[in-house]
Formats: sequence, C-alpha cells, structure tokens
Amino acid sequence: MLRKIIVFFTVIIGYLLQCTLFQRISLGGIVPNILVIITSSFGFMRGKKEGLLIGFFAGFIIDVFYGDILGFYALIYMIIGYLNGFFRQLFYPEDIKLPLILISGSELLYCFSAYVFLFLLRSKFNFSFYFVHVILPEIVYTVLVTLVFYKIILWINEKLEIREKRSASKFV
Amino acid sequence: MARVKVRKTKFTIPSKYLLLIMTILCIALMILTFTTDAVTGPLEAVSGYIIIPFQDGISEVGMFLTSRKDNIKKMNELIAENTSLQEQVDSLTIENSMLQQDKYELSRLRELYLLDEQYSDYEKVGARVIGMDPGNWFSVFLIDKGTNDGISVNMNVMSGSGLVGRIVEVGPNWATVKSIIDDSSNVSAMVLSTSDRLIVTGDLETMNDGMIRFEQLRDEDNQVAEGDQLVTSQISDIYLPGLTIGYISEINNDPNNLTKSGYLTPSVDFKRLDTVLVILDLKQTVAE
Repeated sequence: MLRKIIVFFTVIIGYLLQCTLFQRISLGGIVPNILVIITSSFGFMRGKKEGLLIGFFAGFIIDVFYGDILGFYALIYMIIGYLNGFFRQLFYPEDIKLPLILISGSELLYCFSAYVFLFLLRSKFNFSFYFVHVILPEIVYTVLVTLVFYKIILWINEKLEIREKRSASKFV
Repeated sequence: MARVKVRKTKFTIPSKYLLLIMTILCIALMILTFTTDAVTGPLEAVSGYIIIPFQDGISEVGMFLTSRKDNIKKMNELIAENTSLQEQVDSLTIENSMLQQDKYELSRLRELYLLDEQYSDYEKVGARVIGMDPGNWFSVFLIDKGTNDGISVNMNVMSGSGLVGRIVEVGPNWATVKSIIDDSSNVSAMVLSTSDRLIVTGDLETMNDGMIRFEQLRDEDNQVAEGDQLVTSQISDIYLPGLTIGYISEINNDPNNLTKSGYLTPSVDFKRLDTVLVILDLKQTVAE
C-alpha cells in the first residue's frame, strides 16, 4: 500500500515538474521528459506489470489535461513501461549504463510514435527537421536529467524494497 | 523472476493479459472520446480538483524565482533602456495627441454611420498560465480559470492586444488553451488594409524562429506588403472578427501563381506568456 502511495506521488510530482519548473528551464524550447524516465525506471526495476500500470497512469494524466484524445499517451507510456519490464533480469542497481540505454531507447520510441501518429498522419513529412529539432534535443536533455533523476528514483525504490523485505520477514 | 516470493500468493493476472486488457481499455477510451463526450466531463472535474492546486502552487513559486532572477539580470539593461524610452515617450506624446484628434474624428464618423465599436466592449476575464504542455510537439497550455468563471470551449484567448488561441478543454477550475502557433491550429484571417482573406497555420518548423505560416492569400493586385497587419476574419467559426494576430514578415508567390503564402510574426510573445485574457463572448454561429 505504501508503495502505491509513494509511486502515485512520484508520478504526480514528475508530471508537475515537467509542466511547470522544467518549462522555465527549457533549452531552446525543449523540455526533458521526466515521465518517460519514471515509467522506464520502474519498468526495469520492478518488472513488466508495474511498469505497465505506472506508464498507464502517467500517460493518463497527460491525456486528461493536454491530450486531444483520451488514451493515446496512456497507451504509448504503457507500452514503454511494459517493454522495459523485459530487462529486469539484466538490471543491477550499481550499473548506470543499462538505465541510460533503456531510457534513451524509450525516449526514442516515445518521440517516434508521437511523430508518426500526431504529425506524419497529418502529412507532415519533413522527418529530418523534426528529428534534428525536437527528437534529438529531447533525448539528449532527457539523458542529462536522467543522471540526477534516476538516482532519486533508485533511492526511493531501494528504501521501499528494504521496508517491504523487513515487513515480509516479520510474518514468516 | 529470480526473487523468491515470501508473501502469500494472491490471485494475479499474467502481465501479457494485463497489457492486452489495458490496451483494449485505451483504444475504447480513444473511440469514446472521438464519438461522445461522456468520459471526459467527470474525469476532468475530479482530476482538476486533485492536480490543479499543486500546479497553482508550483507555478507561483516558479514565477517568484524567475522574477527574482530577471530582476538582477535586467537592472543594467533597464537603465540603458530607460534613457532610450524617455526619448520614445516624447515622440509618442506628440504622436498620441495627433491620434487623439483622429480618434475624435473617427468616433464622430462612426456615430454618423451608426457603426458600433465592435470589440472594445467584449466581456473579458483575466487568467494566469499555470502549466505548459509536457511534450515538445504542441503548444497547449493550462490556465487557472474554468467553468466556475464562465469559461467554455471555443472562447477566444488574448494577451495584451493580440490573439493567443482558443479554449479547447475546460474543467471547473482550469482550462486548456491551444495557441495559434500550435502545429494543429488554423485561423481564418484577413489583411487589415485590403480585407484579403487568408489562413494562418501554426507550424512547429518555424515556431522557434517566432514566426508562423500563412497561406491561400489571394492578392491579384499585389497590394499586400511586408509589415501589413493581420486580423481575424469575419467568416471564422470560432474567432471573433478584428482581433490582431500579427504582422507579415515574409511573403512569397505560390507555385500556382494564384495565391500567396509566407510568414508572419505574431504580436504576442508566446515564450513569455504568464497572464491571458479570455473573451467571454462566443462567436455567433448558426444553430444546427
């Protein structure tokens, strides 16, 4: 239960930061994608199911406030969380390389699907422009922010896991 | 899963079935929002009361911090600017008095022609911007007023003298505004001097240069020039007529040699938008 509450607030805070604080420190109008970092990290730290649910929740908040159609971002984030869940066996807390690769991969997937469904289908074919001016800067900025943010998420998760183990062993 | 499960086993759904179920749920939601308005209403109300207070608070803190930062940075700039502005004030005072005379003449003429002043008496409400679109693809932002203040969908939003956009979604205490520079927005406009109609289209490709596109300008006599003012046209379904959009900064002939297109500079600075005015009058449309 505690985990659910903490994760709920992590996502909300991530969303709020992305909409307010990071808009103010955006570089060239580009904002890092905190929600992808959160979804993806919980995905490979906790497995497919949790990644999927957190992704759904994160995307859903964006849908409610900013999306044109409800469920679009929820679906993208959910798939990102689920796919990251496959890498749980490869995950070690000390290793920073895997998270960086996975998060930039998730970013690429997110940007690419946003381009295809929201721009390409409206016959905006200039992919190279969008790649250079939106997708690439977003990935780079997100990876930079990951270096800080990932540590915080990892710390939250470790604290929760220690707590869960303790309370579990109490009942055995 | 390498971990040994210590806890008692509960009934759980395998993750791939969960994915399937949630995907179906998402697609169902998409279809529902496309066809009806049933889901969004209550959801928006609930989430509005949970999230908006946080957002209000954060944006207030953010505004405070940025204003502090700007204060220090701009001190020197301001001193230099002040002297140049003083000169401008002098020249403007002269210009203003001339304009005042013109204005009296104009109002007399208007009375003569029984023309009401069209949009100076629109009812407006001020609102603060409390959040921006979390992605980098669109230009949508959140304001802190909603249906409680009489705002509804499709109302026009202005800032200073220029058109900012229109309300696309509304909750009890919040509303989202799609700006005219958004990639998916189109505005029917006209050139103020010649009344030639054209379409102003937001474009992500030119947004960073502070410009947006316009197209389908028919101007056979080549009367429209760079620097001409563009305002919303009378034939728009959503936008009230005569609101300033911006000024033409580049104009080109289309390959078909019939129409012209180009770029305009909006009269609103979209990068530094913190307060906006929502016009509470809706454009009159024919009832369906």
